[in-house]
Amino acid sequence: MGEIWKVGEIMAVGYGLLIDYEFCSGCQTCEVACKEEHDLPVGKWGIRVLDDGPWQKNDVDDEGKNFNWNKIPVPTDLCDLCADRVKAGKDPSCVHHCQAFVMKFGTIEELAAELTKKPKQVLWVPRG
Amino acid sequence: MEYKNDLGKPWRYEEDGFTVTRTSMWSPPGCHPVGCGLKLYVDKEGKLDHVEGDENNPITKGRLCVRCLALPDYVYNPSRVLYPMKRDPKDRGKDAWERISWDEAYAIIKEKRDYFAQTYGPECMAVFSGTGRSGGIMCQEMAQKVLGTPNACYTQSGFACYQPRSAACSCVLGAYYPEIDYAGGLEGGYDNPEYVVPEVIVVWGKEPLPSNGDGLFGHVVLDLMKKGAKLISVDPRVNWLTTRSEIQLRVRPGTDAALAMAWCYIIINEDLYDHDFVDQWCYGFEEFKNRINDPEKGITPEKAAEICDVDVAKIYAAARMYGKAKPATIAWGLAFDQNQNGNQAGHAMLAIMAITGNVDVPGGQIIGEVPADMGMESEMAAGAGGAQIEKADGAWEGDSTDVISFGGIGDETAQGGWEGIGEELTQKTIGMDQYPLYCNNIRMAHADMMLDALLTGEPYKVRMGWIQSTNLLSPTCCAEPSKWYQGLLGLEFCIATDVFLTPSIQGCADLFLPIQSCAEKDDVNMTHYAGSPVMVGAINKAIDVGEAKSDAQILVDLGNILGSPRIAGRYTTGAEYTSDNRAVIAGMDIRALGDVVYYQRGCNYRKYEKGLLRPDRKAGFLTNTGRVELYSTAFEANGEDPLPYYSEPAFSPRKDPVRGEKYPFILTTGARTYAFFHSEHRQIPRLRELNPNPLLEINPEDARKIGVTDGQWVEIANEFGKAKFKARVSPIVRAGTVHAQHGWWFPEQEGEAPNLFGVWQSNCNDLVPNHYNSKLGYGAPHKCMSCTIRPLNENLDADMSMIWEKFGKLVK
Repeated sequence: MGEIWKVGEIMAVGYGLLIDYEFCSGCQTCEVACKEEHDLPVGKWGIRVLDDGPWQKNDVDDEGKNFNWNKIPVPTDLCDLCADRVKAGKDPSCVHHCQAFVMKFGTIEELAAELTKKPKQVLWVPRG
Repeated sequence: MEYKNDLGKPWRYEEDGFTVTRTSMWSPPGCHPVGCGLKLYVDKEGKLDHVEGDENNPITKGRLCVRCLALPDYVYNPSRVLYPMKRDPKDRGKDAWERISWDEAYAIIKEKRDYFAQTYGPECMAVFSGTGRSGGIMCQEMAQKVLGTPNACYTQSGFACYQPRSAACSCVLGAYYPEIDYAGGLEGGYDNPEYVVPEVIVVWGKEPLPSNGDGLFGHVVLDLMKKGAKLISVDPRVNWLTTRSEIQLRVRPGTDAALAMAWCYIIINEDLYDHDFVDQWCYGFEEFKNRINDPEKGITPEKAAEICDVDVAKIYAAARMYGKAKPATIAWGLAFDQNQNGNQAGHAMLAIMAITGNVDVPGGQIIGEVPADMGMESEMAAGAGGAQIEKADGAWEGDSTDVISFGGIGDETAQGGWEGIGEELTQKTIGMDQYPLYCNNIRMAHADMMLDALLTGEPYKVRMGWIQSTNLLSPTCCAEPSKWYQGLLGLEFCIATDVFLTPSIQGCADLFLPIQSCAEKDDVNMTHYAGSPVMVGAINKAIDVGEAKSDAQILVDLGNILGSPRIAGRYTTGAEYTSDNRAVIAGMDIRALGDVVYYQRGCNYRKYEKGLLRPDRKAGFLTNTGRVELYSTAFEANGEDPLPYYSEPAFSPRKDPVRGEKYPFILTTGARTYAFFHSEHRQIPRLRELNPNPLLEINPEDARKIGVTDGQWVEIANEFGKAKFKARVSPIVRAGTVHAQHGWWFPEQEGEAPNLFGVWQSNCNDLVPNHYNSKLGYGAPHKCMSCTIRPLNENLDADMSMIWEKFGKLVK
């Protein structure tokens, strides 16, 4: 893996996070796992769970499935894809701890292949 | 790409300069014991550096929630108190604490306990507990085994958390609370060949993802959805999970009994029930069927639609979907406890599970095995290999509720009373005369009557109190906390154990004993308090912090100092005590358990056929008839209707339209957040940041009507009390209903009385009265109260930078 990670720099090249937001429950584990890993204070984040909803898709029926409510984790400018962890052979902390098992770390190529397999996924590449 | 993981690592190992200890988490901080897997990374100085999820845990598999991830921020929080303290009772409420040694603390306790017990009788002492902490379930042990008083007390009105359901389980099912089967007890989990993924999961009055209620690791519901399970939700409020449900029944709060009876109506009358199970294992089916179909007391789906305010077609669709699925399972929650009709709702719920043949089958509802009566195990072994198991045709001769509630047949006898304190003293338990089922089922005093005793001195004066690891005044574990505050101030002496100086302790206690977090002690976690055949886990000690001791160590120390017969000379450490009382379920001692960390119990399905639900090892259930009592002889013997019925919530606008005009909004409370466990974690900045202010959810239509905008502060009020919240305008609550967050206090605010860390500012429980219980003494209207709402001009928003400043610098 050493060749892909620039030695001595906290920068990943060609890597990303694949997130299945059909099943992201919005538990915010990724946010706190990241803050603990990088010792981020209140007000700073390496990843944020954006809240798309809840709003009613039509006015006819108000049961749950008629609500749009998607939780979408988005890496911020502070995300380094847990370079130190990855170098040590571990998953990024958000991926490791995700309670819904909806986050994957890998190369853009392999994650793009995964992306074709089901809808409601998003692939983030926080670092160029 | 393959990544390294720590599968197969020993319970303790070295990695990159850290000593890593694998453990099964439980309390403090509180949680309903799942036993999530943690790896605690301790540096060369012996300090907890960080935690990670342990991939070896068969259920959590490395996953963790925010509260465990932030464990170092909790353990080393600058506001944590790490040594015993005393304060003159006349300085209650003041910051006038004085540090003392454990020896001095124990000497004070001995002097006080001996004085009160000898002068007024041991019943003048009471131990108060809350929920979700190891010390909470040791409440009876501290009261009865150590101090020698019968008066242990979970202070929430009507024990409106779990016990209304548990009482229904004891009386109707004759078994432990039936939890959904998520393969937690099976090696290999979902891949175990014995396991079947449920076709349908019903989530009823529960939000398992943030709550992990009753040891159910909530996110397993998502695992099962990905494997094809379909969801039905019964909840007035939309939550993320209900948006992924096939059907959601948004019932009017407090009407669950009517809906459950309508499901019975459809399942029975459309012949969706399991005739074989009903014939062989149920009692009173005809009477039950007649009640469900009774023109007056029965509930048709049409009648339920009117009562519950849901579309009748959806009721039919949901009941049919559940009734036709094999297997199907139901996660039933706190909503059953937080109304006066909960025993009946629970009764109908257990009937639904039983008559559809979903009890103790793979992918259905699982229940724990009960211990065998003395000698029965060896007889079983001798007769193993094809011997016919005798079918029970009546009651077991012992005390069944004791077995079901405490998982042991122990040496309780009529003469011995609870924990050997004697029958005479046991009968003096506050509330025993009026609510014997409640008191005996949980070996506790009745909460509402305990409050009466504190306020009036009747039937006798309670003089010494022990607040055991609970922050009861914050809105979690009592109704009308302002009255409890007055009641506790009447105590002549009060001792408290906790991790932090809470409003309850700052207000009312005279002696503070610091307790250890789960990272600091050797202890045992039992998933679902051992009620489900899931897991027994080792809590492995990794660090020492200050002078804190474990709940069990305090129990054992005091048992020895006070000469308590069941402890003195028998134990020297808390670990020995929990080894004998908890690790034993895994068939090993605490050290052996510590090595394996997680022990899966095996599900051993259909225990009723194998004699494993009764101490006498006869086939059947532990009820008066040996069967699932659709007609409950136990309810009948206690003066309750043996069959389910519906009753309207006491404070609903339908029940009292005149009052309804004054307090037009239905008030529900208690929904969980990821950030907090009830009143805990408000002083952990990285968690508080996720939910800085107490929220009141209000529908956009109502908000417009009363002139409230999103984020504005409001005051809710009724004839019992008032509280302030920040409005979150959202369609997830229906017009006419508001939801208030519970558990709030503000560690950043002034701690001294009268402010007490702002405990009265946003205290939703002050709007909930005592003594609105069921006939058997259970339940309280925490989820079906009503109130009025007034917009405020003031802004009480928390200052997160000040909170970070105050609590963000850890003390290591």
